[in-house]
Amino acid sequence: MENITVKINGVELEVPKGTTVLEAAHMAGFEIPTLCYMKEINEIGACRICVTEVNEGRGFRLVAGCVYPCSNNMEILTSSPKVIESRKRTLELILSTHDRKCLSCVRSGNCELQKLAKDYGVEDATVYDGVKNEYEVDNSAPHMYRDNNKCILCRRCVAVCAKTQGIGVIGANERGFKTYIGSAFDMGLGETSCVSCGQCIAVCPVGALSEKDYTKEVMAAIADPEKTVLVQTAPAVRAGLGECFGNPIGTNAEGKMAAALRRLGFDKVFDTDFAADLTIMEEANEFLDRFTNGGTLPLITSCSPGWVKFCEHYYPDLLDHISTCKSPQQMFGATAKTYWAQKMGIDPKNIVMVSIMPCTAKKFEIGRPDQSAAGVPDVDYALTTRELGRMIERAGILFNSLPDEKFDDPLGISTGAGVIFGATGGVMEAALRTAVYTLTGENVTDLPEVRGTKAIKEATYNVAGNDVKVIVTSGLANARKVLDDIRAGKCDAQFIEIMACPGGCVNGGGQPQVPMGVRNFVDIREERAKVLYNLDKSMPLRQSHENPAIKKVYEEFFEKPGSHKAHEVLHTSYIKRKVNEI
Amino acid sequence: MNSAKSTVPFKGTPEQEAELLKVIEEKKNDKGSLMPILQKAQEIYGYLPIEVQALISDNTGIPLEKIYGVVTFYAQFSLYPKGEYTISVCLGTACYVKGSGDIYNKLQEKLGIGGGECTPDGKFSLDACRCIGACGLAPVLTVNEDVYGRLTVDDVDKIIEKYA
Repeated sequence: MENITVKINGVELEVPKGTTVLEAAHMAGFEIPTLCYMKEINEIGACRICVTEVNEGRGFRLVAGCVYPCSNNMEILTSSPKVIESRKRTLELILSTHDRKCLSCVRSGNCELQKLAKDYGVEDATVYDGVKNEYEVDNSAPHMYRDNNKCILCRRCVAVCAKTQGIGVIGANERGFKTYIGSAFDMGLGETSCVSCGQCIAVCPVGALSEKDYTKEVMAAIADPEKTVLVQTAPAVRAGLGECFGNPIGTNAEGKMAAALRRLGFDKVFDTDFAADLTIMEEANEFLDRFTNGGTLPLITSCSPGWVKFCEHYYPDLLDHISTCKSPQQMFGATAKTYWAQKMGIDPKNIVMVSIMPCTAKKFEIGRPDQSAAGVPDVDYALTTRELGRMIERAGILFNSLPDEKFDDPLGISTGAGVIFGATGGVMEAALRTAVYTLTGENVTDLPEVRGTKAIKEATYNVAGNDVKVIVTSGLANARKVLDDIRAGKCDAQFIEIMACPGGCVNGGGQPQVPMGVRNFVDIREERAKVLYNLDKSMPLRQSHENPAIKKVYEEFFEKPGSHKAHEVLHTSYIKRKVNEI
Repeated sequence: MNSAKSTVPFKGTPEQEAELLKVIEEKKNDKGSLMPILQKAQEIYGYLPIEVQALISDNTGIPLEKIYGVVTFYAQFSLYPKGEYTISVCLGTACYVKGSGDIYNKLQEKLGIGGGECTPDGKFSLDACRCIGACGLAPVLTVNEDVYGRLTVDDVDKIIEKYA
């Protein structure tokens, strides 16, 4: 590629042709602030916070640095008085219609707007105050709320919903000063075909979008002596939680997380990884059954409730392809309230099952029908990684100085196959490990073909003389391509893993928010996934079927994978929905 | 949340639907086809209620919200039908200074609808208009072809009663 020369704040630099001013500045070690810009997703140059002075031979002028391409011999000033003044005025204008209740805002302390106001020395946030629009908070969805009084119209949520997820249930309505982000005909988000993935929350720079918070209810349950409060933590949570306490992206927080949960007062600190192993037993069995007995193929995984709801709305004709296995969260709750409750002699009505999830769709999933094996909901509260972070902070637990502790037995015992569930390709790899063992007696571990952040991964494995073709994809816009192929009869795979969020659960909608200025240059999916693959590598057991607690639960309760009992407790059904329910 | 779904019952006919589907079929693979489809749809139905927008969404794959966003962006599109009687209140300068704003507000209150909307029984729709050239009679409103001038807020009830 052709290179060109630019001069940034006096520093000369060679950059490939086509590089934007923002990217060139980053290479030279200067950050240009952004609010609306998301690399490849939302390159609209709308918010004007990235304005930068450039001189292309006709004198300096302000351009939108996030999208303006460098030209040869361009001079760039990223922090001249004119630039700073312009950015400050833009901030003041944004703040003039912003609901500035920072003290009671869930994003206080990690709000991108708040940080910029401080960085640019906004002394008086009210300087341009005038008419303000007032909006009702949309609480209609089970997993989140929208408070448009805090919205700055950056459209990151709109872009991620339409482009990354291929859904588009939110967008800009009306025009000019009346513009607001919402759904068609002002329907609440809960009335639309939103799949609850929460990617909109993950990219919101301010406090306009957030999960529904159930930390108070959970603390009240812990304080109730009548209740046995159990907690399970999804694989990806340990790869994200550390960020809530200032640790770098990609910090393994497993031990400290277990210690913190114990100090919060949970009666038992269990691990969803156990149920991930259980899922593999059931799902590998289901796959082999369909494969050998001519069942509906390709089989598609069912762990991601955002993906499941997406299929129900957008591809209801393909629901027979989805595994009937409940997700690990639900399998865990179901097993705890049947098998474990029985074993301990506790009435399941007195068990409060709390899950910590990297996910907002899990909040939707716990309310689904056919998810109450013991006659009470399998899971009572699904908290996000962020909510757990807030609980730990509120309890005054010094997270970073905690000792590393272990999960409780027996539902805290897991294998390397369980922990990789949190990364795209992990479920597939774990299932293949057990399926291969079942067919050949051979133990395989690393399957690099299904790992990594490539949009659609395909691989063919020869197992016991049969070719098994698998596809792994994440991000629902990517999933659409695979699903369209199935619809058109052009898909020759037998087993498919789909996760709603790009990169899998490590990048779930319930994970700690990372400022877009970081996300535009660091692949958080990769950094967090490394934590899980390293854990897998370090574990003595890496095959779900070798998990001693799993062996025991089948011996004592479920008999064998796919048994009548297993179907009652661990499997579920799906609902045909429409795209436009009017 | 107050939904903006029209409270006027949708009275689309199978013929109108067939006509719209034909338009969609012709245009849906063109780049930027949404605007022409919406313009045709409004020509066919007179307005663009949720039933029409959902039909377009289901047959083009364009998300309903995107369609609604475009419809609410452009003043040329309406979410509401015209009523049997269209009331237009002049908000031009002369009428406005003579108090037509109050008359407009009173009508909204009396009919229970906002500007541009239609009553659920399909009887009245309400619009604001600019000067109709009857400044000497300010403030002025029209009901279909009938012109009413030199109005006060108290005249509103009588006018509505006449058509109810």
